[in-house]
Formats: sequence, structure tokens, C-alpha cells
Amino acid sequence: MKTQFLDFEQPIGELEAKIEELRFVQEDSAVDISQEIARLQKKSQGLAKDIYAKLTAWQVAQVARHPQRPYALDYYEGMLTDFHELHGDRAFADDAAIVAGLARFDGRPVMVIGHQKGRDTKDRIYRNFGQARPEGYRKALRLMRLAERFKLPILTFIDTPGAYPGIGAEERGQSEAIGRNLFEMAGLRVPIICTIIGEGGSGGALAVAVGDATMMLQYSIYSVISPEGCAAILWKTPARTSDAAEALGITANRLKSLGLIDTVIPEPLGGAHRDPAAVMQSVRKAIADQFKLLDGLSPEDLIKRRHDRLQSYGRYKEISVV
Amino acid sequence: MSWFKKLLPPRINRDAGANKRSSMPEGLWSKCDSCEAVLYRTDLDNNLQVCPKCAHHNRISARDRLDGLLDPEGRFELCAEVVPVDTLKFKDSRRYVERLAEAQQATGETDALVVMQGSILGLPLVVASFEFAFMGGSMGSVVGERFVRAVEAAIDQKVPFVCFLASGGARMQEGLLSLMQMAKTCAALQRLSTVPLPFISVLTDPTMGGVSASFAMIGDVVIAEPGALIGFAGPRVIEQTVRETLPDGFQRAEFLLEKGAIDMIVDRRNMRDRVAALLALLTGQSLAA
Repeated sequence: MKTQFLDFEQPIGELEAKIEELRFVQEDSAVDISQEIARLQKKSQGLAKDIYAKLTAWQVAQVARHPQRPYALDYYEGMLTDFHELHGDRAFADDAAIVAGLARFDGRPVMVIGHQKGRDTKDRIYRNFGQARPEGYRKALRLMRLAERFKLPILTFIDTPGAYPGIGAEERGQSEAIGRNLFEMAGLRVPIICTIIGEGGSGGALAVAVGDATMMLQYSIYSVISPEGCAAILWKTPARTSDAAEALGITANRLKSLGLIDTVIPEPLGGAHRDPAAVMQSVRKAIADQFKLLDGLSPEDLIKRRHDRLQSYGRYKEISVV
Repeated sequence: MSWFKKLLPPRINRDAGANKRSSMPEGLWSKCDSCEAVLYRTDLDNNLQVCPKCAHHNRISARDRLDGLLDPEGRFELCAEVVPVDTLKFKDSRRYVERLAEAQQATGETDALVVMQGSILGLPLVVASFEFAFMGGSMGSVVGERFVRAVEAAIDQKVPFVCFLASGGARMQEGLLSLMQMAKTCAALQRLSTVPLPFISVLTDPTMGGVSASFAMIGDVVIAEPGALIGFAGPRVIEQTVRETLPDGFQRAEFLLEKGAIDMIVDRRNMRDRVAALLALLTGQSLAA
């Protein structure tokens, strides 16, 4: 598949196109141009390195939303074995924006839950652009409870612009569905390892991201509101989206420094889509590392530890009150 | 402007709250937003800000609500020691610290949640109440921490916990810290529920966004005030997304009751009796006559 380049990557894109052209003519060429190709490839790498060394928060958001970025099902396929999708909330419908089921991670049975975006227009509509409705969150909760009964750890993969803001979603209790998950996940007696692989969009992301470890891919984002939404509300113009992204502090490194996430998982230069296999390997290792930390804990210790982590979130000061 | 207002002398010719708070005395008159009846302010104050003519529930400050709810004796404030800081150095058209200072000035509160321990009709409890006039009742680190400390106080004292909500959602100026308060508050309630101690959630106008999508709907009993706007996404956002006009009464308390999202709608003037009765039933106590 041909790599799509984002606006700010255009210099790399142009160079890559030139390399592609040269490769095409190389076979018919009387002179050897392989050296020239190698030189350009090196230049392209250097260019990518320069651009990615100083990405703005808004540029990171665009990488996180890249149409070729690996999605949850890609991780299931590339990183897990024996995946069996389980469907439906048993009350209303099956929500295709959340894909979940039983699988094996390094041979051990686990429950996996993740948001799923679509690749092409038809698929995107089917997946509702990764925006879940209440039935999606209720399916997730049903399967988390199932996992708890059979003592299976839960792996979640977060990638959503946010919970779906629709009439039906409101009628069926979008708020309740999200709140219920936050409430129940705090008390589940099995390890929950959460990885943000693309967009961590507000409450719709958090509804499957409460657990014992929160990890983020290097170029993923996690935010209380989309930069666009924040710019529209606080600056009253979409032109300030980049400023909003910066102010909100949505990038992995920033959130790590605030103590809100545990691990930043490195991505290849240019983002996860440039080398999906390498990313899967990194995510697999990061999850395995978390298992090492969590495996020895009793359910009581696990819940206590999770509770303490959740209670540590927040910045305030204390004054003496008369 | 109504003919009546034109006749009013300038000193009282203003809507309550329309002007910035100043050294001017409180307006004597107020117009009901719903039935447009002109009301004597004192009548409104004595009626918990409910219009005596049409029963429209106007917004009420956190402290006035607690005053009208708790028994006068033996109540005291909790969690006031927790106050806000600007961790992200957030600045949009204005700095977060300026917005905080302005809200503190206007409301006399240090943040958007007031917590008290006391009793209702003799039943001891911890109550938290949102101050909507403080940055739209938005939840940041302080609201989250005060909520958690309130729940922990309820657990320590072995008393029920009641929360009155009025919030536009998470406080954007605290970035992801504010989102995490949703998980933090719900984790505290998870602990309360295993004791078990009751949590009654009272949704007032408005209860939206991140506050709605966390502890609002997971009360053991969920009550709403009449006509309150309650929902996850704001009506404008939904309209822009689905490109349809929203049905009449969408996201109002009555709509939520019909959809099965809440247990009951209770008039503010009966709230004290209803909350006390429910708590007495859930905790196996009887109410003093």
C-alpha cells in the first residue's frame, strides 16, 4: 500500500515520490542509479527525523488519526492468536464501533476489547467512525464481567474520537453506560491493561480505559475534548485548533510528565503505519512487562492498587481553613 | 422589554444577575424565565428559587440549596481546604487563573463543589452540592478531590452520601486531569457501594458532559428536578451531528423518566422530605415525626 503523507509531511512525500520514480526507471536505465536512490532514501530519513523531532501537539493528533494507522483488529491479528469475536449487549444491539472477544496473548487466555474505525467509506460508516453508542459500552461491560468470572485478564485498545452524540444514544442512556463502566471497572477482580493506540477521545475513550496500567503509543493522543471542540468553545474559532491542542496537553510525553499515564510505547519514525509489525512487537513487550508487575497480585491487592492509582489523579493545593 | 419594565425606575429596572455583581442592592423584582410573571425577590428566595406562579425551577446556589436542605443545627463544611491550581498554565482568550479569580469573586466559593456534613430531618449524612455559577459547575481536580473526600467521610462516619449536580461537564482548562476525575469519583463510589452505604444522585439543571457520564447516573436512586436538562452531549452538538431537529422536551427530566433513565422527578420544595424518606428506607431507620 502506498503511504499517504500528511500536510506537514509533504517534503518527505515529494522525496519518496521521486525515489519511487527512479526505482521505476532503474530497470531500463543504462547507468546505475542505485547510489542516487540510496542517497535520496537517506535524505528522506533525515527529513522525517527532523520533522518528527519537533512535532506540534496538533501534528501529533493528525498522526494519531492517520487513515493508515493500525486499528484494534490489526493488533488482534498481528499480536494475538485464537481470537473469537463475541457480539452484542444482550439488551439492544451489537455495536460495531467496539470489537471484543476471547483470544490468547503469548498463549494465555485473555479478553480483548477495543474501538474499531473503518478503512474505507463503507467500513467507516459501519464502524460509525469508532464512535460507540451505549450498547457498545454495555457489550464491553458484559464481557469484562465474563472475564472476571473466569479470571481472565482484560486488554483494552483505545482509538475513538469520542462517544457518539446522537438522539438514539441519548435515549438509551449514553451517560449511564459510560458512568457504569467507570464504576464497575474500578472494582473488577482481574488485571486490566489499557493501551491508547490512536485517539483517546474523552469519556468515550475513558469508558474502556480504567485499569491497572494506561499506556500510550508515542504519537497517540488522549484528551478531555477534541482540539477542534475546545477551539470552538474557548476561542470561538476553528482557526485556533492548533493552539487548543497545545494548551490541552494531549500528547503521550506531556501526559506522562503529569503522571496520568504509565508508559509511552515508542513508534517508528513517521508513525505506526510506516512499520506496523515493529509497533505490534513494542506493544506486545509493553503488555508483557505489565503482566510481570500485576501477575503476582491477589485480587484484593490489585483493586487496592488500582484504587490508589485512580485517587492520585488530580492537581490541587491544600490550605488551612479556619 | 415589557411595558412594565419600561415603567420601572432604573434602580430596580434590571434582571437579577444580568449585571455584574456590584455594590448595588439586590433587585427587588425578578421576572420568571418561564411564565414571565414579575415576582417579588423575597418570595422567590423564600420559595427555594421556584416560581410561585408556574413552579419553574430557577437555578439555586450551592449554599442556598444546602441551607434549605440540612437541619440547621450540627452542620459543618468539609473539604474546603482543597483549592485549585493552574497546572497546565492554560490560556485561551484569557488565562485560567483569571477565570478562577473571577469565579471566586462572583460566587464567594473557592471552586464548584460545596460539601457539608449534617442531617436531614434527623438523619445524618454527607451532602455535596455543585455551584453552577462557578465556571459552569465544571469538574476539575478540586471538584474531584472534594467529591472523593466527601465519599470517604461518609464511609468513615457510616452515613449515606447525597450529591446535587449542576454542571456543564469537565473543566477543559485542566485538560486530561479533568477527564480523570470521572474515573476517580466513580472509583470512590465503588468503595461506598461495597460497604454498602446509599448514594442518592439529584440531577438539577443542567447536568451534562463528563459529570453526567460519570457519577450522575450511577446513584442507587437517581432523582431529577422538573425540567432539568440532562444528557451526555449538548443539544447543539447532537443537532450538528445528526442534522435533525431534536424532538420536543429532548434531554429534559421528564424525557429521561419516560426513557427509564431516572427513578423520579421531585419538586425542589419536596426534596428534603423525599430524600429523607428514601434514606430512612434504605438504611432501615425511621423518621422522627
